[in-house]
Amino acid sequence: MRLINQNVSRPAGLVLAVLPFVVVVAIYLVASHIRLEANPADKLLPSLDSMAEAFWRMAFVPDRRTGDLLLVKDTAASLTRLAYGMGVSAALALVLGVAIGIIPKVRALMASFVATVSLIPPITVLPILFIVFGLGEVSKVMLIVVGTAPVMIRSVAQAVSDLPEELIIKAQTLGASTWQLIVRVVVPQIMPKLMLAIRLGLVPAWIFLVSAEAIASTEGLGYRIFLVRRYLAMDVILPYVAWITLIAFVLDRAIYTASRVLFPWAHLNDESAS
Amino acid sequence: MISVRGVHKAYDGTPILERVSLDVKDGCFCTVVGASGCGKSTFLRLLLGQERPTRGTICVDDEPLPGEPSPERGIVFQRYSVFPNLTVKDNLLLAADLKSSRILGRAFGAKRRVAAQQADELLERTGLSAAQKRYPAQLSGGMQQRLAIAQALMNSPRVLLLDEPFGALDPGVRTDMHSLLLDIWHEHQMTVFMVTHDISEAFKLGTRLIVFDKVRADPDFPTAYGATITYDLDVARRHDADVTDVAARVAESMNKDKPHADAE
Repeated sequence: MRLINQNVSRPAGLVLAVLPFVVVVAIYLVASHIRLEANPADKLLPSLDSMAEAFWRMAFVPDRRTGDLLLVKDTAASLTRLAYGMGVSAALALVLGVAIGIIPKVRALMASFVATVSLIPPITVLPILFIVFGLGEVSKVMLIVVGTAPVMIRSVAQAVSDLPEELIIKAQTLGASTWQLIVRVVVPQIMPKLMLAIRLGLVPAWIFLVSAEAIASTEGLGYRIFLVRRYLAMDVILPYVAWITLIAFVLDRAIYTASRVLFPWAHLNDESAS
Repeated sequence: MISVRGVHKAYDGTPILERVSLDVKDGCFCTVVGASGCGKSTFLRLLLGQERPTRGTICVDDEPLPGEPSPERGIVFQRYSVFPNLTVKDNLLLAADLKSSRILGRAFGAKRRVAAQQADELLERTGLSAAQKRYPAQLSGGMQQRLAIAQALMNSPRVLLLDEPFGALDPGVRTDMHSLLLDIWHEHQMTVFMVTHDISEAFKLGTRLIVFDKVRADPDFPTAYGATITYDLDVARRHDADVTDVAARVAESMNKDKPHADAE
């Protein structure tokens, strides 16, 4: 039978899905064991024990100097920045994306501009943001906005112009004004697409968040990783990376679930995983 | 009374329709047929106000048509006629919602109750009562089109435009839809324009049959001329023999340069 027609049963699929994780962890454990046997003070590939201990220390033991729980403080700081950044980006995407998608005059005015702005490598404007907004929170949030908003605006605008012409015409024959068309027809129908744009936008958002924190910050997950790098503290960095990955995964699932609950009509044909 | 006077329509200089003139009395059921690409859907879009004629005028009771769709003319398309994010009932309530609040686009209180009652009657009428809480994607094609017709009726339009509304339906379902449509037309006393590529459907439903075709053709330059009205028949007054004869001629003209007549 052709490879493309050999389907995988559910239990077998689960085993296959777990396999790469197991392999990576196993390789790590073996390598770590070999290095630690040669040199018990090796910092490059710490054992699971020492990583768990470091993670515990960051999460539950108050810092000696400040008395803060560092992991909690870092997570709160990073998530706050992320929330503000994505909030602003989502609002911009909704307002500008819908306007560009449905109002020809706004499209003529803004579409090329947004397309051009979206090509600016966001990291290159970081120095400008630091100069203009200082080293505080605003410049970090702004970096996330600059990095995610243009693409999100474009995908929302695309979603709006992908709405069938028939529906826009039909709404007008039912008496809808431009505003009513936007609030009753366009926005409700592109909300699932906006949620998707947020999920996709979170990927670069994390990159910009960690970059900004690495360069100028006193707290945050990205700040911590780059701080302890100086001491080769892999026992902190690796759990932090895993922690960030976990948060990113949970956020993505949460937004997807919210979309399913809030807009069931858009997910009638979804596969169980997406 | 709808009067179409010397209408031409061209896209980027390519004529689609030319010299189209027509008077249609209120309450007429006009079926529009023609080969594919002969501009019958374009004609409907002109009546809808979705597009404007390149030359000529279209007037309703001596008033020129507004240049955009409006509530006086309802429309049912072949697909995408109902809103996927609204349940069946909410699709019907949309017209009332839009009428009662300019900012929110939602009806509340007494207005909503009146609209809900009207919606319930239409649901009953179109056999959708049991499905009122479902989303369009959960309905069959026939149910979706019944919903689309019911939705257009909520606004009591004076003119109902139908663009191949049953083109995607099974023959049995089609027959049911025909009787529903005729009943509704009798009840509401409105003018109907229905584009179809099914000639028997056109003869069965229409009181008046309009055929679009190209009368002039340049074999070296097929897009040189647009289509115009070649037959305009008062179906209701014709004898059966006559109708059969005309039907055959119309069918022939539709298929003449179209080897795959059923390919649509």
